[in-house]
Amino acid sequence: MMKTLLTGAALLALTATASAQTVGFSQIGSESGWRAAETTLTRQQAEERGYTLQFSDAQQRQENQIAAIRSFIAQDVDAILLAPVVATGWDSVLQEAKEAEIPVVLLDRQVDSSDDLYLTAVGSDLVHEGRVAGEWLVGDVGDADCRIVELQGTTGSSPAIDRANGFREAIEGHANLEIVRSQTGDFTRSGGKQVMESFLQAEGGGAEICALYAHNDDMAIGAIQAIKEAGLRPGEDIRVVSIDAVPDIFQAMAAGEANATVELTPNMAGPAFDALEAFWADGTMPEKFIQTDSRLYTQADDPAGEYEARKDLGY
Amino acid sequence: MGRMARRLAPQILTLAALVALVSVFFPNFINISFDGSRFVGPIIDVLKRSAPIALLAVGMTLVIATRGIDLSVGTVMAIAGAVAAWAITSGLGLPLTLALALAAGLAAGLWNGALVAIIGIQPIVATLILMTSGRGIAQLITEGRILTFSDPGFAFIGSGAVFGIPFPTVLWMATAVAFAVLMRRTALGLLIEATGVNRAASALAGVNATVILIAVYMASGLCAALAGIVTTADIRGADANNAGLWLELDAILAVVIGGNSLLGGRFSIAGSILGALIIQTINTGIVLSGFPSEYNLVIKAGLVIIILVLQSPNLSADWIYLRSVLLPRRAD
Repeated sequence: MMKTLLTGAALLALTATASAQTVGFSQIGSESGWRAAETTLTRQQAEERGYTLQFSDAQQRQENQIAAIRSFIAQDVDAILLAPVVATGWDSVLQEAKEAEIPVVLLDRQVDSSDDLYLTAVGSDLVHEGRVAGEWLVGDVGDADCRIVELQGTTGSSPAIDRANGFREAIEGHANLEIVRSQTGDFTRSGGKQVMESFLQAEGGGAEICALYAHNDDMAIGAIQAIKEAGLRPGEDIRVVSIDAVPDIFQAMAAGEANATVELTPNMAGPAFDALEAFWADGTMPEKFIQTDSRLYTQADDPAGEYEARKDLGY
Repeated sequence: MGRMARRLAPQILTLAALVALVSVFFPNFINISFDGSRFVGPIIDVLKRSAPIALLAVGMTLVIATRGIDLSVGTVMAIAGAVAAWAITSGLGLPLTLALALAAGLAAGLWNGALVAIIGIQPIVATLILMTSGRGIAQLITEGRILTFSDPGFAFIGSGAVFGIPFPTVLWMATAVAFAVLMRRTALGLLIEATGVNRAASALAGVNATVILIAVYMASGLCAALAGIVTTADIRGADANNAGLWLELDAILAVVIGGNSLLGGRFSIAGSILGALIIQTINTGIVLSGFPSEYNLVIKAGLVIIILVLQSPNLSADWIYLRSVLLPRRAD
C-alpha cells in the first residue's frame, strides 16, 4: 500500500517536472484576424501539452518585444517563441538568450540575424502558396482558354511579391492561361471590391474574365460581392481562388461563390512545440526552417464544417 | 449663378481634363449603359466610389473654414461602421442602427469640438488624439475581427440604387445640397467664415464662436459617420483596421483642390465636392488604365501636383502679369 502510494507520488512528481515547462511567447500584436487566431491556437497548444505560457503582446513595437524577451530570460523560461515585428536588430537580445541557454523559435516571420542564434523558424512558404493556387487553377481549367484577373496585396509587401511569383510559376508553360489585369487591393475587402468593379468594367462587364486570383481571402470576399452586383455568378461564371483560409471564405465556398483557398495555417506553435520537445528530450537540433503545410481547400472539402471549426479562433 | 460658375471654373476644367486624359488610356470611360435596373459604367462607378471622400469633404470644408482641421474623420468612419455592424448583428433593427452610428459620429465630433473650442488645444493636435486612439475603440467594438452582417436593408445603403442611381451617390449629393442650403440660406455660413477669419473679433461682434466651433466638428463627425455607414454597408462588414484608413488626407486634399484655403474664411462646398470627384476620377482612372500597381501613387501624386500648381494663387498672379505684358503688344 505504502509502496503504491510512493510510486504514485514519484510518478506524479515525474509528470510534474516533465510538464512544468514554461514557454514565453512574444507576439507582434493583434493587427489582423489571422494573428488573433495564431495567438488563440498557441494558447490552445500550450494548454494541451501542459505548458505554462507567458504571453506578451508587443503592440507592433520592437522595443516591447526586446523587453519581453529580456524578462523571459530573467524568469529563466524553458523556451521562447518570437513572432518578430521587423527583421533587423535582434542580434544582441538573441545572443543574451543563447548565453542563458534558452532556445528561441521564430514564428511566421524571419530575422536577419545569424541562424545559430535561434533554434529554428516555423513559417509558411509564400511562393509555394501562390504555386498551389496556380496549380489548382491549371488543373481546373484544363485546356480551355482562361483570362485571369489578379488582386494583389499591398504593393511591395513580401506576401504580395511572393504570392504573385508563385502563381506565375505555376501557370507558366500553359499558354491558355493568361493574367490580363493585375492591380493592388491592399489586402482589404473594400479594396478588393473596388478594384474588381473596375476589372469588370474593363473586361466587357466581366464576360471576358474566366478566373480571379486574389492574394488573400478578404479581397476575394469583396470581389465576390462586386461580381454578384454586376449580375454574374462568382464561382461559376468567374472562378475564385485565394489564399489564407479565413472562416468567411469557407462560408462563400459553402454557398458555391468561391472555388478554392490555400491555407496559411495560424497553427505555427504546433510544429514549434514538436521541435522543442525533441530538443528538450535529447538535444535534437531541428532544421533551421520548418515549413508549414499550404493545404488546398475546395468546395469538396466540407467548407461548412471548416467554417464551424474556425469561426471561434478569433479570426 | 454666373459668379459661382466662375469661382468653380478651375475645378470644372480640371475634372473635364482628367476625364479626357483617362479616356485616352481607357476609351470607354464615359460610356454609360442601363442594364434594366440601374445605370452602369465607369463614370457611375466614380460617382458611387466618391461617396466616402465627398461626404468627408463636406464636413471637412466647414472645419477648415474655421481655420481648423479634422484628422480624425477616417477613424470616426471606422468607429461608426463598427457601431453600425455591432447594432445590426445584435438585432436592433435598421433605424436604431443608423441612429446609433450617427450618434457615435456626433459624439466624436463633440469630443473634438470641446478640445478645440473649450480647452483650446490646436485642432491638428486635438483631432490627432482621436485619429490614433479611435481605431482601437473600433477594434474593441468589433473584437478585432471583421464583423459581417447580411441585413438587406443595411446592405442597400452601400449597393442599392434609386431610379437606377447608386444609393451612395444619392446620399452624398443630398448631404452636400442639404449642407450648402443650410449654410447659404441662413447666416450660418457667414458666421463660420467670420469665426475662421478672426475668432476674437467675431466673438466681440456677438458671434458665439465656441458654439460655432463645436458645431462644425460635430457636423464633420456626422459626415464621417455617414461615410462609415456607406463603407460598412458596401462590404457588408465592419473592418476596423482598414475602414477609412488615410481617407482624412484625401478629404483634406479634396477641400484644397476645391479651392478652399487652409487659413479659413470663405469656403465652397461645391468646390470641395468637385475636388472629391477629381480625386476619385484619378483613383478609378489609374485602375482602369491598367498600369502596374507600383505606379498608382506616383501617378496620383504627379497629377495632384500639376493640379495644385495650376491653381496656385502665385501662378495666377504671374499669369495676369504676363497677360498685361503681352496684350498691349498685341494691341500695337
